[in-house]
Amino acid sequence: MFNNLSDALANTFKTITGKSVLTENNVKEAMEQVRLALLSADVHYDTVNDFVGEVTRQCLGEKVLKSVKPSEQVVKVVHEELTRLMGTEEAEVDVSGKPAIIMMVGLHGAGKTTTCAKLANFYKNQKKKVLLAACDVYRPAAIDQLEALGESINVPVFSDRSTPDVVQIAQNAINTAKSEGQDIVILDMAGRLQIDQDMVQELIRVKERFQPGEILLTADAALGQEAVSVATHFDKALNISGIVLTKLDGDARGGAALSMRKVTGKPIKFITSGEKVTDLEKFRPEGMASRILGMGDIVQLV
Amino acid sequence: MKGIFNVFKKGLKKTKTALFRSFETVFSSVDKWDESTYRQLESALISADLGVSVTQKIIADIKESYSLGEIKTSEDIINIATTRINAILSSDNRPLNENPTGPTVLLMVGVNGAGKTTTTGKLAYKLKQDGKSVLLAACDTFRAAATEQLKHWGERIDVPVIAGKHGSDAAAIAYDACASAKAKDVDYLIIDTAGRQHTRQDLMQELPKILRVIRKNFPEAPHETILVVDGSTGTNALFQAREFGKACDVTSLAVTKLDGSGKGGVVVAIKDEHTFPIHFVGLGESPEDLQPFDPVLYAEAIFSKDSPVA
Ligand SMILES: Nc1nc2c(ncn2[C@@H]2O[C@H](COP(=O)(O)OP(=O)(O)OP(=O)(O)O)[C@@H](O)[C@H]2O)c(=O)[nH]1
Ligand SMILES: Nc1nc2c(ncn2[C@@H]2O[C@H](COP(=O)(O)OP(=O)(O)OP(=O)(O)O)[C@@H](O)[C@H]2O)c(=O)[nH]1
Ligand SMILES: [Mg+2]
Ligand SMILES: [Mg+2]
Repeated sequence: MFNNLSDALANTFKTITGKSVLTENNVKEAMEQVRLALLSADVHYDTVNDFVGEVTRQCLGEKVLKSVKPSEQVVKVVHEELTRLMGTEEAEVDVSGKPAIIMMVGLHGAGKTTTCAKLANFYKNQKKKVLLAACDVYRPAAIDQLEALGESINVPVFSDRSTPDVVQIAQNAINTAKSEGQDIVILDMAGRLQIDQDMVQELIRVKERFQPGEILLTADAALGQEAVSVATHFDKALNISGIVLTKLDGDARGGAALSMRKVTGKPIKFITSGEKVTDLEKFRPEGMASRILGMGDIVQLV
Repeated sequence: MKGIFNVFKKGLKKTKTALFRSFETVFSSVDKWDESTYRQLESALISADLGVSVTQKIIADIKESYSLGEIKTSEDIINIATTRINAILSSDNRPLNENPTGPTVLLMVGVNGAGKTTTTGKLAYKLKQDGKSVLLAACDTFRAAATEQLKHWGERIDVPVIAGKHGSDAAAIAYDACASAKAKDVDYLIIDTAGRQHTRQDLMQELPKILRVIRKNFPEAPHETILVVDGSTGTNALFQAREFGKACDVTSLAVTKLDGSGKGGVVVAIKDEHTFPIHFVGLGESPEDLQPFDPVLYAEAIFSKDSPVA
């Protein structure tokens, strides 16, 4: 197995250099490498099939077949198509409400609480007044965690250890934000399985009551094939406004991001790449496409 | 009391139906098998996160059987896949190491959010149920409120926790914990560590440091270094196993969150490459949601056609 798609493609085309024109079969061989590369990057197999179908059509066009360096042309087509699928324009984040409400949802351990603090820090640096709300009443020390993070960035944290009623906690947090003139309230929800009906109902109740401007699905970049089920379920239940992709400082290719984007049509808005509160960035589709293909900076190649 | 098999199956219920259906479709929709039939089977196996390499092995097995005319029903495909997975999972199995003369020291490692702290708590509970005395060491001094999290677990299951201050030296806490384990003469010492990405050399260096401290106190320890892997992880778990293996001699695997829809198939890929046994499966957030890993049950549960356990 090749780790890097360009190497794999170069190897595929090596056998056919010298021949002046590429044939349909050569392209098919190349597409097999593309398919394996995407599956190894954890892109969902349905997404891979659709993608390969589309890229094959493009590669069978004149430009690739007659090109002097077909492997580079194929890489270019693949990369461009992948970038296009990841979303071409920068996704806006809706912080217009008074206060604006951002709700963080996702599987256990995805990085929600840490990302809450990162977002708070991000908006604080834009001179917004932010309140963090501790809405995870289940995980041991979840409230302590958010409070510690809030303290480290000097952002207030609303918590209420006397009740397990999450809607009530969110309500009180939002009331507090209103009376204290905060611009943004960030709700740190507990981790939950997308197939856990009761826990998903809790999210729906919070959503219906407060209509957050942003509902961000926080997802670990290392997610496997289940990413599709996760994204689909959360999106169906909540009509999420976007995705935050976490732990990109690891070496997961992050192919799950492509499938999540594809099945929900929702933009990836932020990425995180470390445990520090400053390790948050706006999402860049081009960089993500290169990463999924395992090829560093593509721009030099083509 | 939930039976192991049922709990195990319940955790994996999503898997078997989806996979089984894919295999059935091949039979109901195709007269003669060609490349696209194998693609369809391949997709089904990939969907369980078995990874490209293991999947290709299973497909090769199926192709061979098909060419020999051995495949008559979807059951036959399942049998081939089950046999291969069993063979991979059943190699190098052994029970959890025990230290008959002193404390058995277990070191928990893994990437961020995999479930180390929760598994530490659940494992302590299980050992306590078995009549063992347990001590926990909160060596994650890095993440916000990690210490508090383990202390909560300690209170919940009534097991003592040795902890220090946030930001203090993890190895120093390991040292205190070893001393305390000796003084208290406990049967088990479980050491929770901070989550880290294996790409972070600086953080990975902390692990050998903790190992040195442990070995100063107990030369044979840790008796198991347990890599905790999130069952919803894709192929990256393979890299986690490789890199943590290099940094701290992983000897055992625990796979968590199998109550979710993730199949944890990547543990098969890991086992295909490494000799460490899989000892535990996490099936929830409560103390009792930890089960011993059974390869036969796993392979059966993954492919069985039984209707889902409610
Ligand atoms: N390396 C790295 N670690 C991260 C990143 N984001 C979060 N983490 C870590 O991942 C682990 C889980 O993060 P949390 O913020 O607690 O995740 P969560 O989704 O709130 O978890 P639950 O509330 O238990 O569902 C912690 O160790 C975080 O420090 C990231 O971008 N990179
Ligand atoms: N559903 C489910 N959740 C689990 C399981 N194991 C752990 N969790 C949850 O996953 C989240 C992360 O678990 P932790 O034990 O904090 O993970 P960790 O590896 O210690 O995380 P860090 O120390 O931050 O790296 C928590 O919300 C746990 O409750 C499991 O088997 N099933
Ligand atoms: Mg949290
Ligand atoms: Mg932990």
